[in-house]
Amino acid sequence: MRRSGLMAALTACLALGVVGLAAAQPGSGIVRPTTEPAKPSVELGAELYAGNCASCHGIAGSGIKTPRPGAADIAGEGPPLRGVGALASDFYLRTGYMPLSSPHDQPGPDRVLFNDKEIRSIVAYVASLGSGPGIPNPKPDSGSLAEGLQQFTLHCAGCHQVVARGGYVTGAVVPPLQSATPNEIAEAVRIGPYLMPRFPSSQISDAQLNSIIKYVLSTRHPDNRGGWGIGNLGPIPEGLVTWWIAVPLLLIACMAVGRRLYR
Amino acid sequence: MTEHIEDPVRFIDERTSAAPLLRKSMRYLFPDHWSFLLGEVALYSFIVLIATGVYLALFFDPSTAKTVYHGPYTPLDGQQMSAAYKSVLDISFSYKAGLLIRQTHHWAADVFVASIVMHLMRVFFTGAFRKPRELTWLIGLVLLFTAFLEGYLGYSLVDDLLSGMGLAIGYGVGLSLPVIGGPLVLAIFGAPFPGKGVFWSRMYIAHVFLIPMLLATLIGVHLALVMARHHTQFKETSRHTQRRIVGVPLFPGQAPRSLALMFFVVGILFLLGGLIQINPIWQWGPFEPWLGTNGAQPDWYLGWLIGALRLMPSFDVTIGHYTLIPNPFWGGILFPLFVLGVLASFPWLERKLTRDHEVHNLADRPRHAPSRTAFGVAFLAWVFLIFAFGAADRLFVLFGLSYNTQLYVFRIGIWIVPAVLFFVTRRLCHGLQAADLAEARHGAALAEAERRRAAVGTGLESRGP
Amino acid sequence: MRVWRWLVAIATFLFGRRVRQERKRAKQREKRQEAEAKDPIVAQGSPERGAENLVVALLGIASLFALGFVVVYALFSPAGIPNELLGICLGMCFLFVGGALTVVAKRLVVTEELEDDYPEAHPGQQKEIVEIVRESGSRITRKRLLLGAGAATAGAVGLAAITPALSLGPIWDTAPLDQTPWRRGVRLVDEDGNPLSANGVAAGTFYTAFPEGANNEEIGSSLIVVRLDPSKLKLPASRANWAPGGILAFSKICTHAGCAVALYRKPTFPVIEPKPALVCPCHYSTFDPYTGGDVIYGPAGRPLPQLPLMVDDAGDLRAAGNFSARVGPSWWNVREAPTSE
Repeated sequence: MRRSGLMAALTACLALGVVGLAAAQPGSGIVRPTTEPAKPSVELGAELYAGNCASCHGIAGSGIKTPRPGAADIAGEGPPLRGVGALASDFYLRTGYMPLSSPHDQPGPDRVLFNDKEIRSIVAYVASLGSGPGIPNPKPDSGSLAEGLQQFTLHCAGCHQVVARGGYVTGAVVPPLQSATPNEIAEAVRIGPYLMPRFPSSQISDAQLNSIIKYVLSTRHPDNRGGWGIGNLGPIPEGLVTWWIAVPLLLIACMAVGRRLYR
Repeated sequence: MTEHIEDPVRFIDERTSAAPLLRKSMRYLFPDHWSFLLGEVALYSFIVLIATGVYLALFFDPSTAKTVYHGPYTPLDGQQMSAAYKSVLDISFSYKAGLLIRQTHHWAADVFVASIVMHLMRVFFTGAFRKPRELTWLIGLVLLFTAFLEGYLGYSLVDDLLSGMGLAIGYGVGLSLPVIGGPLVLAIFGAPFPGKGVFWSRMYIAHVFLIPMLLATLIGVHLALVMARHHTQFKETSRHTQRRIVGVPLFPGQAPRSLALMFFVVGILFLLGGLIQINPIWQWGPFEPWLGTNGAQPDWYLGWLIGALRLMPSFDVTIGHYTLIPNPFWGGILFPLFVLGVLASFPWLERKLTRDHEVHNLADRPRHAPSRTAFGVAFLAWVFLIFAFGAADRLFVLFGLSYNTQLYVFRIGIWIVPAVLFFVTRRLCHGLQAADLAEARHGAALAEAERRRAAVGTGLESRGP
Repeated sequence: MRVWRWLVAIATFLFGRRVRQERKRAKQREKRQEAEAKDPIVAQGSPERGAENLVVALLGIASLFALGFVVVYALFSPAGIPNELLGICLGMCFLFVGGALTVVAKRLVVTEELEDDYPEAHPGQQKEIVEIVRESGSRITRKRLLLGAGAATAGAVGLAAITPALSLGPIWDTAPLDQTPWRRGVRLVDEDGNPLSANGVAAGTFYTAFPEGANNEEIGSSLIVVRLDPSKLKLPASRANWAPGGILAFSKICTHAGCAVALYRKPTFPVIEPKPALVCPCHYSTFDPYTGGDVIYGPAGRPLPQLPLMVDDAGDLRAAGNFSARVGPSWWNVREAPTSE
């Protein structure tokens, strides 16, 4: 039997069985087979996918455009995953963007619910659904901070804030990037998760991406030679310091020098 | 030691005839309450601004000429930027106390405006703006709004990403003035945004010379008026009346206190300048009109304007195909002018409503003027809520409160909350007055009981209640 | 012996006068102090040597901090100088001086509480001022004529004084507000000057573009370019061919207050997620690229102007004309058609 045919057959059987199980599970729980193999495998990935992802992303990553009635308490809707490759699945799972309790929630960095072996398995499975980009191998050390700041300001700062502290775009929160790993940054730039634009290598080359990653990593410890960085957000924390630190100190000074009413 | 001042004193009086003035000034009386010192805090912040500003002006290059950076801060290496921005980088990185002086200057600006606001609130809630001090009040308001402009120009001169975006908004708000906006903005900028290079010279000369001269003159007139009319006082004892002032003489009593306060203010400002970073422009990068960053904000004292600009629903007022009132006008011009108008006209409004045309040298305790205090609290709440909305996007990021939900809540809340606070505050004032009265009666009753007990103790009969 | 006498003589000559003056002054002082003790101007108080010691100590610490500032300044290079240390030295120095002065104020100086009169108005002098002015006009017969002439002259002089302000900028002619470098045929380039090819514009991302050979900083220069599915476009009929292959170009300057529209919202799963939008970070005006830049959120009062595009023989993107509307924040004439030659 050809591999893809075997895969399809396996997936179908498991889907029927595990979807039934999933229907009986509470909506946000992770479904795992009772015994997991020691090493990551496409088969394990298929099982985990069937139990946790298929309700929104459809059987074999075909996607669900309109929710089907009776699909437990998850009104499953989700984009197809054929052709997204290891790149996307690795990103979404390692950051905790996925799994998502409800498709109407904003996916964002969250608790990672699968362990490393399980992630590798699901990634391998999703990669097998259609050819797509592989997991990148960024080299931030070979980048330049100056190019990184310039590129980040041009392409990213509008949403992520110039020191990557996150922000707002109409309808969604943009996450800060201090805990993003080089891989996650590289993957996010190429995927454009959720509402983020998807920057291809024709727009941001791999060399430029290395510089951007180097810059984003540097935002973990920005040059705060002026003292306490107060969040590197600009005038809002500065105003808070003015009114909650400077003004109380000045009021104390006035009261030390002056007198209170009726002594 | 004091004997040796006879000679200098004689020297000065023989040459200036200043002895009568000095003699009178030395014993000029200051009513003694800590809240009367808030204006002085503003004055001392202004002095720090001048001193640190002079230092900065010796190093700042007000030029928009493009240059490429090859200085010590590597993330900007090879970056094109204006000479102005580069000179501020040099101040921050290449001159030993440059960053300290720069940060102290910026903190002093924030504190200068904050202390004026505190002082304004004290004057308002104690009714010290009433006759004969209306002119002093008006000058104070001009000082406040001039301080807004001065600070805005100061941080915009640096040409960093955040302040550049703010300058673009200033341009857009200027344009939104009905009919005259276009010509006015072209006059100031010299050309459409980003304007001619000479616009930077205009900002610079306004910030380091024209406006400081105006501020210094207005402060001088403000202080002269205060001294001419003498400061208001609380009615603490029967000696404090409309006609008799009770206070501490300038010399020797008040002088060391005011000097001490000056050193405290200067000390606090330098501690801030050293310990808490402000406006790290090397992290923002230089400004270009096609760049933007999320979370760009003006300095705190202009936050009320960004809140108003964000709160306004989308519409331009048009006549045919002429745009009479572009959208930024409401939040950027009408709103601050309205606030200024209400504050400026308040002494006369209150006079009309209370029909009180008397001279007032006694300061009210806020609870003794319930309607004024309630109005002040409500008006302050209105402005403050609009100001708070300016940070709604950050609140979304920090606490997950939907920006859109906040928008609708604030659009309604900025009207309801002040109305509620008006009535609550008025009730509170009346309640405090009642409590004071009860305490006074209780105190009087206690004193009476003491007297009777003492009388009984000595065997003398009292006549009863 | 003679030398000694000469020295004493010289010393007495040089310093004797001072000694005599000192003695005279000492006698005057005693007399004055006797008089003052009976009726002093400033209230007298008891000595407080402890407070004096405290003041000296505080000033001493302040001096140490001030010297510390000098030492830190000298020790470090500009690159490594710790801003915190400099600030602490200077700040604490001033705080300790303030503390010393507070001790002086509270314990070394008598806090007198005195009374004085509040100044009253001076109706008598007010009358005299009015009288002076009135009497000064004894030779004037036509006061209103003179005042009117003076006012007219003041007006004319004022006009002359503000006339140079007309040179500050093109005040009478607001046409510059409408000028952009874009004309039919101008090529789109990126921030490095490289042409933007149509095939190089991928979907799902956004590009910043400029007119070739023009000043990037002008408000009419910068563009934001995106590619959408052409079958989903809902452009006005007059712009039917403005988006070759679904590539759309808009002015990057927000029509609200002039910030750069630097955000692009791209849905991964359009079924549920918000549709593509160009967003401004200043006040969150949100523009819909599908409809040619209509405002779908936020305070902007006008859509984002769209630039018509065409693809040249080399496959590069060029402007096919000027913008759909005038660029940037609104002003009186902004809704007139953009001038294009």
